Amino acid sequence: MPEAPPIAPVTEPRGPASVISLEGVTKRYANGTLAVRGVDLSVARGDFVSLLGPSGCGKSTVLRMMAGLIPPSSGRVEMAGGGETGDIGFVFQEPTLMPWSSALRNVMLPLRLGGVGRQTAERRARDALASVGLAGFEDSYPRALSGGMKMRVSIARALVTKPRLLLMDEPFAALDEITRHKLNNDLLTLWQAERFTAVFVTHSVFESVYLSRRVVVMAARPGRVVEDLAVDAPYPRGEAFRTSADYAAHCREISSALHRAMEE
Amino acid sequence: MTVLLSANEAADAPLQDRAPRHFGLTAEAWLRIIAPTLIGLLALAGWEALVRINEIPPYLLPGPVTVFETLIREWPSLSVSLLITLQITFAALAVAAVLGLALAVLFAQSRIIELSLFPYAVILQVTPVVAIAPLIIIWVDDIRIALLICAWIVAFFPILSNTTLGLNSADQNLADLFRLYRASRWQVLRHLRLPTAMPYFLAGLRISGGLALIGAIVAEFVAGTGGRASGLAYRILEAGYQLQIPKMFAALVLVSLTGIAIFLAMSLISHLALRHWHESAMKERR
Ligand SMILES: Nc1ncnc2c1ncn2[C@@H]1O[C@H](COP(=O)(O)OP(=O)(O)OP(=O)(O)O)[C@@H](O)[C@H]1O
Ligand SMILES: [Mg+2]
Repeated sequence: MPEAPPIAPVTEPRGPASVISLEGVTKRYANGTLAVRGVDLSVARGDFVSLLGPSGCGKSTVLRMMAGLIPPSSGRVEMAGGGETGDIGFVFQEPTLMPWSSALRNVMLPLRLGGVGRQTAERRARDALASVGLAGFEDSYPRALSGGMKMRVSIARALVTKPRLLLMDEPFAALDEITRHKLNNDLLTLWQAERFTAVFVTHSVFESVYLSRRVVVMAARPGRVVEDLAVDAPYPRGEAFRTSADYAAHCREISSALHRAMEE
Repeated sequence: MTVLLSANEAADAPLQDRAPRHFGLTAEAWLRIIAPTLIGLLALAGWEALVRINEIPPYLLPGPVTVFETLIREWPSLSVSLLITLQITFAALAVAAVLGLALAVLFAQSRIIELSLFPYAVILQVTPVVAIAPLIIIWVDDIRIALLICAWIVAFFPILSNTTLGLNSADQNLADLFRLYRASRWQVLRHLRLPTAMPYFLAGLRISGGLALIGAIVAEFVAGTGGRASGLAYRILEAGYQLQIPKMFAALVLVSLTGIAIFLAMSLISHLALRHWHESAMKERR
């Protein structure tokens, strides 16, 4: 378990209250591409939601609108409580670290940008690195780390501000399978410990079933939500779940939903 | 439950440089020093042999031994000139670095400023310094400042254009991350764009180091023909007039050595600044 963070994690029960919601959201890019149309999506506090869909169906677009990185062309994106700086963490497909900075300084970045003092920022960054299993690698530069370790740094950086919402855009797509499984487990551990709300974009049916309580299936041209399925297996999930009949059934169900989405 | 790093990931981390070192350098690094040195010595020996066997008189082609003796004998006057040339070169390089960096940062802040000023920087670059040096020497009373301006004109552009490119090369996702945390313009510049531009700036500095020397020498030649200078180029001119060919060679050798020294110094600075992170500083690892 990670050390008690300076700002205590909320231990409130997982209620139906939503952390972020999209209402009738449409995004047309400047070049005319209609990336998503009429998306309604509300994410409950403490939930773990996967966005699943074929390439180009607008998963990243939805995620970037949630983060406020791009505005919707029409419709509303609303974060409960307004959304302070540091309320949202974002993990990209690439680790996206600053190569000129050590792991520690990379993780300190969000705090430093938010005006947190150096000493406090350093202590919290050390805690965050330890919580993702990277104690002892504070002074390593990104190029000395493996792909999985870099992704851990990236997750630590996203979590260091104790965000209410963690957005991840295919974070483990570039990793080998063994590492991906391990990071899936570690992500769930962190999620259970720190109680953030997670939105996870993936191409993988298996990953979405293993991780999430809810899988939102999207279709392309134009990007839209076509199916919304619950995965009601209890946490913690582990190898037992991965090999269970329940897991296989969910995979089948979601896989066929994805197929229907691609044929539409 | 605690999150622990898996052996699989740890094993996957790139290996650190563990090549055996001799007197602080790897075999590869030694080879890189020894091989060119050996070639140089062989060439010098061949040159000396050629001069001796054919009994070529020193006023046509002095052998390296004669040149070296002249260098020692004339050192008092040559070293004064060397110092003058070095001062001009480094002053010009420093001004080029500071102004190039400052202007690049200005360009990075505003596209309008970049679009309106960049063409003039290009004009400055493509105008041959030999052609404008006489004018500058006439206009500027202080000959040292005139020379400095000439050397600066040559050294300025690579730093400006490289740094401008670097400031605009920031990783798009990192830029998004800075936006996510609502970083100010200044924070983006300080923590993202300037570090990204660092290798570009240093590459520009490496090119400009040599160019500043060339600029200084060319300007000295122009000034020297007017009898108004005392740098190394002037010594070459002077020795030429007096048909002291060995002295001419000695001054020439000094110019070349200075150029090499400047290049090595800039490479060292670049290596030290980037050794932790940039590919260019890591090539020994392959
Ligand atoms: N900045 C942009 N400008 C114009 N079109 C864009 C831009 N970004 C994405 N698109 C287009 O919008 C559509 C949705 O893209 P998006 O990246 O959201 O899909 P995605 O589901 O994340 O795909 P992938 O699985 O390949 O990451 C695609 O057709 C894409 O080409
Ligand atoms: Mg995407």
